[in-house]
Amino acid sequence: MTYALETRGLDKHFGGLHVTRNLSLQIRPGARHALIGPNGAGKTTVINQLTGVLEPSAGRILLEGQDITDLPVHKRVLRGLSRTFQINQLYPDLTPLETIGLAVSERLGGGGNWWRRMGTRDDINAEIADTLERFRLLDVMNDRTSTLPYGKQRLLEIAVAIAAKPRVLLLDEPAAGVPEGERKDILAAVAALPRDVTVLLIEHDMDLVFSFADRISVLVSGALLVEGAPDEVARDPQVKAVYLGEAA
Amino acid sequence: MTTNAQTEVGFHARQHGRWHWSEFAFWIVVLAVGLAFPSRYLIMTEILRLALFALSLDLILGYAGIVSLGHAAFFGVGAYCAGLLSVHGIINEPVLALIVAGLAATVLGFATSFLVIRGVDLTRLMVTLGIALLMEALAERFSNITGGTDGLQGIDIQPIFGVFAFDMFGRTGFFYSLAVLFVLFLLARIIVHSPFGLSLRAIKNNPLRASAIGIPVNKRLIAIYTVAAFYAGIAGALFTQTTALASLDVFAFERSADLVLLLVIGGSGYLYGGLIGAAVFRMLQELFQWITPQYWMFWIGLVLVVIVMVGRHRIHAYALWLPNLILKQIAGRKAAVVLTDNEAP
Repeated sequence: MTYALETRGLDKHFGGLHVTRNLSLQIRPGARHALIGPNGAGKTTVINQLTGVLEPSAGRILLEGQDITDLPVHKRVLRGLSRTFQINQLYPDLTPLETIGLAVSERLGGGGNWWRRMGTRDDINAEIADTLERFRLLDVMNDRTSTLPYGKQRLLEIAVAIAAKPRVLLLDEPAAGVPEGERKDILAAVAALPRDVTVLLIEHDMDLVFSFADRISVLVSGALLVEGAPDEVARDPQVKAVYLGEAA
Repeated sequence: MTTNAQTEVGFHARQHGRWHWSEFAFWIVVLAVGLAFPSRYLIMTEILRLALFALSLDLILGYAGIVSLGHAAFFGVGAYCAGLLSVHGIINEPVLALIVAGLAATVLGFATSFLVIRGVDLTRLMVTLGIALLMEALAERFSNITGGTDGLQGIDIQPIFGVFAFDMFGRTGFFYSLAVLFVLFLLARIIVHSPFGLSLRAIKNNPLRASAIGIPVNKRLIAIYTVAAFYAGIAGALFTQTTALASLDVFAFERSADLVLLLVIGGSGYLYGGLIGAAVFRMLQELFQWITPQYWMFWIGLVLVVIVMVGRHRIHAYALWLPNLILKQIAGRKAAVVLTDNEAP
């Protein structure tokens, strides 16, 4: 079968530091897959290789059967792979309207237009409105991003990734640092993702992982320790010892 | 509901590119000043040229966040190209020569953009500075073409479209420069309010996020750097055409450095900063040279330090205090005049 996202023997060294060890992941289309592991297990390094921020030392990355290992970041996005960042990566001086507008323009192929004014294409406007509405950002769409409360910024971070209409979405700790009261908006947004979008979630919060994921991979010291359904992983003695044991 | 939201989104998205009345006022004032002081055409032409040159730097610095200390490289290429076209009688019509000179600078801009987009601010400062120095050295080395330290001899600019001859009072030169500045300003205004222009601001804000939503960062930076080179080349060609001079100092470091000062004075990232900065800078220079011919540099330096320390926003607020007070009395409106938000380079 063709996997939504697959890595084959992924390996990454930083000098003498071996941070990804022969990692082969297979993520099925439409899966809600979680990648967990203790601090320093190399989860974010994996994400950075998948998205093209870091170049793997060895191994291949396949998106829906196509080798994307050598594509630059922006081309992977246009092929349908988008991500959120563990620490918000937004445009402080731009508004949510502009932020989402850019993502939509870029995907619909109007991003390089220099002669057309922003806001003059109805199909783009409609999608911006739809995205802002879905993430409850309509009322703040003209505020500078840097003035938004943290919870709203976190929602915007996810909204931008989804505005790129990904086939595979990588969520790097979506609920990180969000105050308790604003968490449910984020979780609702994550839960409301269309079923045909494949999601790879990286998360520390075990409640979120076990309520969301249908498949879990456990990463320890850059290598795959265990992979399986949530209940299998929860029961696995190795996982308990190495990861859940420590956390409890 | 969704249709409503869509209309609203469209309205607010277009809001940024809409002409504000203060912009109309700005251009009317410029034209009025031009008509009111016919004895000052030469210095006013100089300001227009400087304004166009600063507009060029604003496109890369204010929008894309590319710092440069070598913008004179393009100014110089434009200047020499316009001069050579005239001296050798290759293109005698000034407007056509202007465009060709601009394109020559564009070619250099495109070729060097690959060096400039690499690295961070400090490397960019060094690389751009280096390119300008290289151009200056080349111009000196090939003195058989450029005239070396003596400058290019025998520049004679023909009438524009064969009709409007350049006069000794600089009247034609002034209106010619004003027309060129206005047309290129309009073009810049279209560019910055397009999705392309917005993507530049996104790259300036956060290149990591920009590439993560599918923006080809390097391609966009190369594009705007090349466009800016065209603008600077046109500014240089205007210099040659309105003064009938082209010498090595078109590549001078001071020329590039002054440009950064203009944007500090006028502000960057809203297109008018370079225009206002050019007028204020040149007039301050005139004023201080008149008061103290020997130490005027001291006062310019002092003004710059004050601007940076006090902050341009606060100065704008003071400057607009009186007009706002009057407007409030007349129209009963609160804070009717506000300048666009922008940050210092």
